[in-house]
Amino acid sequence: MALTLEEVRAIAHLARLQLTAEEEKRFASQLSDVLEYAARLEEVDTSEIAPTASVLPMNAPLRPDEVRPCPPRDLMLANAPDREYGLFRVPRVLELEP
Amino acid sequence: MAELTDLTLLEAASALRAGDISSTELTRSCLDRIRSLDGQVHAFLTVTEELALDQAKAADQQFAGRSNDSLPMVLGIPIAIKDVLCVEGVPTTCGSKILEGFRPPYSATSVSRLVDAGAVILGKVNTDEFAMGSSTENSAYGVSHNPWDLDRVPGGSSGGAAAAVAARMCFAALGTDTGGSVRQPASFCGVSGLKTSYGRVSRYGLIAYGSSLDTVGGLARNVADLVPIFSVMAGHDPLDSTSVPDPVPEIHLNGAPKLRIGVPKEYFIEGLQPEVATAVRAAIETFREMGASVQEISLPHTDLALPVYYLIAPAEASANLARYDGVRYGPRRGPGEYPEDYFVTRGELFGPEVKRRIMLGTYALSAGYYDAYYGQAQKVRTLIKGDFEAAFEDVDLIACPVTPTTAFEIGAHGDDPLSMYLEDVFTLPANLAGIPGLSFPVGFDSDGLPIGMQFMAPHLGEAQLFAAAHAYQAVASWHTSWPEL
Repeated sequence: MALTLEEVRAIAHLARLQLTAEEEKRFASQLSDVLEYAARLEEVDTSEIAPTASVLPMNAPLRPDEVRPCPPRDLMLANAPDREYGLFRVPRVLELEP
Repeated sequence: MAELTDLTLLEAASALRAGDISSTELTRSCLDRIRSLDGQVHAFLTVTEELALDQAKAADQQFAGRSNDSLPMVLGIPIAIKDVLCVEGVPTTCGSKILEGFRPPYSATSVSRLVDAGAVILGKVNTDEFAMGSSTENSAYGVSHNPWDLDRVPGGSSGGAAAAVAARMCFAALGTDTGGSVRQPASFCGVSGLKTSYGRVSRYGLIAYGSSLDTVGGLARNVADLVPIFSVMAGHDPLDSTSVPDPVPEIHLNGAPKLRIGVPKEYFIEGLQPEVATAVRAAIETFREMGASVQEISLPHTDLALPVYYLIAPAEASANLARYDGVRYGPRRGPGEYPEDYFVTRGELFGPEVKRRIMLGTYALSAGYYDAYYGQAQKVRTLIKGDFEAAFEDVDLIACPVTPTTAFEIGAHGDDPLSMYLEDVFTLPANLAGIPGLSFPVGFDSDGLPIGMQFMAPHLGEAQLFAAAHAYQAVASWHTSWPEL
């Protein structure tokens, strides 16, 4: 299973990663090696086997829906690289209609 | 008394109780040792001297004029925390530039339980970036050095923790184990390391890597020293929905147990360093002499654990690491435009191994490949888990090597990620099955490097691991040797 440069670029786009041309080449070869190694899983007959998503035999636990105090806003904003008016400041995502 | 840092955790705890030493003295001796040796070892990313001395002072006040019998064993004991666990207000980087400067607004449950019990936090110790690696070479803040041979890696990803314990800079350290990240560095550095059962210790405040595999564990100078750390950390936490409600048993270390030990033939493979096989076999023989029954067992799907892990863990990582977008924490890079800032921030601030695993996981989860890769890996995971369930019908514990070789040289795996992944071949299965494992020293190779062995037990079987490994340390002395620095 050899990944092409186009496939590497498509994956990087999905993962929101900007890669250099050199990284694209290197990852194409390294990821291909790992996928080739992983191909041995194809040979295992799992037609009767259920998947394991979690090793625990429990369902998601429920708790009462009670109002609880929330950490102070300034504390939760303290690590943000950009903030204004008590909010996270981000680049414009939507264009405004004229 | 020679050096205070030569004491074990339990020796230090009893000296504190007897009033022979203070936590402040103990803490200062650790801080001095970090100051004089960490230039060579580079175990610590952050030393929290002021916090540590405040906590030590508070511990000394608790000891003063009190009946000390009811006080927690960890009270006043200096420990280090792997830098993937949040400590309120203390820089927590995950060994990554993408969290540079991040100060968590809360502590991990594992950390806060120890702090509440009076443990002293010396600082944060090095890790491969987001715990992805087996050597600390993937840390964005430089490699840690193995105290037994500074040209070699301490293992990883909890390499800083193992190096700090081996160099006697702290009495114990918290690590995390997603695919072997406590047990492998413990083995490389000649210390004892516990990977807990999945769900036994809360993951709240552990910065997520592979959520179905991540566990919090501990490293210490011997097995008995791990017990108080485990006992304080373990137990149900409503803040982690995968935390199990089962009570944590009191751990008793007396008596050599009449155990049934299984030795899986699939773990003694080509590529296993002969000295490692010999030392592990000799340790198993010691158990036989102590009254254990030993039988060969088979875990037939062992060779599939590696490909399963390297699909499931990256898949979970690609989802978990989507949160690093330069909005809520960490630096932001780029032209100040959407969506370019996401691409540039993540492209510039994640290191190569993290990018590789995000890419691998993204691919394994993407439309058209999900069933072939992630889906199939989850099914084979069921088979691997089933191997252990079948084996534990006949045996109490499984004994095997921790790693194929002793500590390798810095740079030995160059730019070949697959060869580095093969380092984890004996530790990954326990994470896939969710069972606990304990690594402890059983010898040295001809280069004087520590050799480790691991026990694995059924889910929530930590008490058996402790009892058996402690019984070994009562008759063996490997754990009492320490590197000269």
